[in-house]
Amino acid sequence: MRELIDTYGVYFLVGQYPNGPLGGLALTLLLSALALLLALPLGLALGLARLSPWRALRWPVSAFVFTVRATPLLMVVFWAYFGLPALTGYKSGQFATMLVALVVFDGAYLAEIVRAGVQGLGRGQMEAARALGLSHLQALRSVILPQALRHMLPSLVNQFVSTIKETSLGYIIGLSEVSFIASQINTQVFTKPAQVYLWLGFSYFVLCFALSRFAYWMQDRGQRRPATATPA
Amino acid sequence: MIGFERVSKWYGSYPALVEIDETIARGEVVVICGPSGSGKSTLLRTVNRLESIQAGRIRIEGRDIHAPGTDVNALRARIGFVFQQFNLFPHLTALQNCTLAPVQLGRLSRSQALEQARALLARVGLAHKADAYPAELSGGQQQRVAIARALAQQPPLMLFDEPTSALDPEMVGEVLAVIRGLAKDGMTLICVTHEMGFAREVADRVLFMDAGRVLERASPAEFFQRPQHPRAQQFLADIRLPFDAR
Repeated sequence: MRELIDTYGVYFLVGQYPNGPLGGLALTLLLSALALLLALPLGLALGLARLSPWRALRWPVSAFVFTVRATPLLMVVFWAYFGLPALTGYKSGQFATMLVALVVFDGAYLAEIVRAGVQGLGRGQMEAARALGLSHLQALRSVILPQALRHMLPSLVNQFVSTIKETSLGYIIGLSEVSFIASQINTQVFTKPAQVYLWLGFSYFVLCFALSRFAYWMQDRGQRRPATATPA
Repeated sequence: MIGFERVSKWYGSYPALVEIDETIARGEVVVICGPSGSGKSTLLRTVNRLESIQAGRIRIEGRDIHAPGTDVNALRARIGFVFQQFNLFPHLTALQNCTLAPVQLGRLSRSQALEQARALLARVGLAHKADAYPAELSGGQQQRVAIARALAQQPPLMLFDEPTSALDPEMVGEVLAVIRGLAKDGMTLICVTHEMGFAREVADRVLFMDAGRVLERASPAEFFQRPQHPRAQQFLADIRLPFDAR
């Protein structure tokens, strides 16, 4: 194990960087972080569009969400890989391709989390806000979302953890993220697959576990003031 | 101030409101009562367009409020509405509940809104609870904050939708006392309630509804002593003898 880390440790962490493109665990981290940062606002927008009083917005977005949810991520990756170049006219890199696939896929799932979170509040809060003369958007911003986002946190974390693991599908289009690198290491070493893949699994565990602990720490901090109780 | 002209509403084929004709004068205190499902809450909610209507007209100070193109937010900003379930915003303190709309709507500066909110909380007897969150308040206190929040709109008209029905009995009095105070100050007020003692004492007029129709309109004295319509007689008999084994 020691020898394995000495020889391949740096390669596992950053790929061929700085002599080649960034890869390995660092690339996985970067891809996950960007996917989360872009998918969350997309999911929020899609989720609110699903609840919009305007049909012209609600119907196409609902159709999109249903389509994506009924599709395996692997296929979305293929679409991004083969479909995007046909659509845009130029061949995007593997990283951008994977990022687009993840953002589209997770955006649809996050949209449903947002929708459930908002609907879970019940009609009374929206009615009370509207009865004060606030517009739909004002009511969303100052009354609905501050409460709903808090309720959504566990589901959001779940989805974020999934996103981290989903980056491993980049393997299929030759993106040199950490799973791809690990399998290359395994090919070169040949005799120690158990160690190599244990190492890989442990890396994912650390990332996902750290993220969920961080999220619950944030939630604890937020709950210092009462906010979730509904009137008797 | 408010005129209902042949107002009707259906849920599918079920008639919720049937040709309501009614005029409510400025400063009048009107209590609407009737059995559950009679349409009294629905009628109240058409006044600030929480419910739509399918026929007829509702005018407030001459303006047809259900006409297409009416600014519904501007309409609601001038009408106070108090819900049965309070519907306070649980993530905001009592004070913030009362400042949210005036500040968001740009009607008051933050400091003016704070000053007004403190005054209103004092008026409903909760100055000491300004920084409490709704979850830290009793039901009666929450409903009083909800009244203060509605008053923060400086509304010429207040609507109450069964304001005491979700309260424990010992808290009903404190909420009714606040509403009584508003009535004495000359505010126009429509209240859907089952509190007949309150209706008798405070109302200028009682409307009795059943099956989407106003069956009787009378002064409280007439209504409670000599109800005319058989349904009203039955209703009053039922609520007077709640434990009678009929």
